[in-house]
Amino acid sequence: MSPARRHDHYAQGVRAKVLIRPKDGILDPQGKAVEGALPALGFDGVSHVRVGRLVELDTDDPDRLEELCEKLLANPLIEDYEIEVSK
Amino acid sequence: MRFGVLQFPGSCDDRDALAACRRVGDARMVWHEESDLDGIDVVVVPGGFSYGDYLRAGAIARFAPAMQAVARHAERGGPVLGICNGFQVLCESGLLPGALLTNESLLFTCRQVELLVESSGSAFTRELRPNDRLSIPVKHQTGRYFAPADDLDRLEARGGIVLRYAPGHNPNGSARDIAGIANEAGNVVGLMPHPEHAVDPLTGSDDGLRLFESAVAYVSDARREPITA
Repeated sequence: MSPARRHDHYAQGVRAKVLIRPKDGILDPQGKAVEGALPALGFDGVSHVRVGRLVELDTDDPDRLEELCEKLLANPLIEDYEIEVSK
Repeated sequence: MRFGVLQFPGSCDDRDALAACRRVGDARMVWHEESDLDGIDVVVVPGGFSYGDYLRAGAIARFAPAMQAVARHAERGGPVLGICNGFQVLCESGLLPGALLTNESLLFTCRQVELLVESSGSAFTRELRPNDRLSIPVKHQTGRYFAPADDLDRLEARGGIVLRYAPGHNPNGSARDIAGIANEAGNVVGLMPHPEHAVDPLTGSDDGLRLFESAVAYVSDARREPITA
């Protein structure tokens, strides 16, 4: 496949990474547990640990990524999300 | 008078819920792919781990055909009870406000708790009186009720909190000791404790039956005074 054709093949689609984390101010017991475990392993001075999740996906319709996040990938009441798009 | 108990892949309290419903009426299972609730008066969305609780507890189940039917049933004023995972599903569906977060302790907690009835204004608490005390088990890891403070104030002001954990019994860090809530019309109720596991003195308490009896009374009353569309 020539470079030009490969480019055409991906012209519509993008790869997206969606990073989801608990909203600021919401108690994140997972983050707290991780933070609490670190000093025992000799990692001092680590704070504000938040545990979230990463969703990777390919989509032909990047315009709808935000809607997709609001409706399913994240619960906007309790979570913030960031979308990172790469061709 | 017929109950319908939803069954998702990963539900695990569906059979106990069915058995509880059958103590007060007729009941059948409703598979998640069904989209017709004809002949069903009361819907129970049971506990368990619908669709493996992937992504977030209850997040996938809301898209099931059966849940679309439940939303229409609720819209018409039909009673809906969400227990544990069912409560999570109702919140994710937007049928109830708020969300359920991981327990403050991070632990899966399974024990008998004491509940105080806050309001008898819902379809599932109408046979109870405020301050009645119920002994009902909880078993969950994602049961910490959360809503922004303004939403909690509104919920409280409109009498939407129907059950609270008695002082010292909050097992998960829920805001304002909330154990169960209702929508504005009072026909949709969600709670983390399991009334279907407390229907026989053999297992320590039959207090849970009161919720199922309430639904029967609610439906009978609605039949006497039909809701005109």
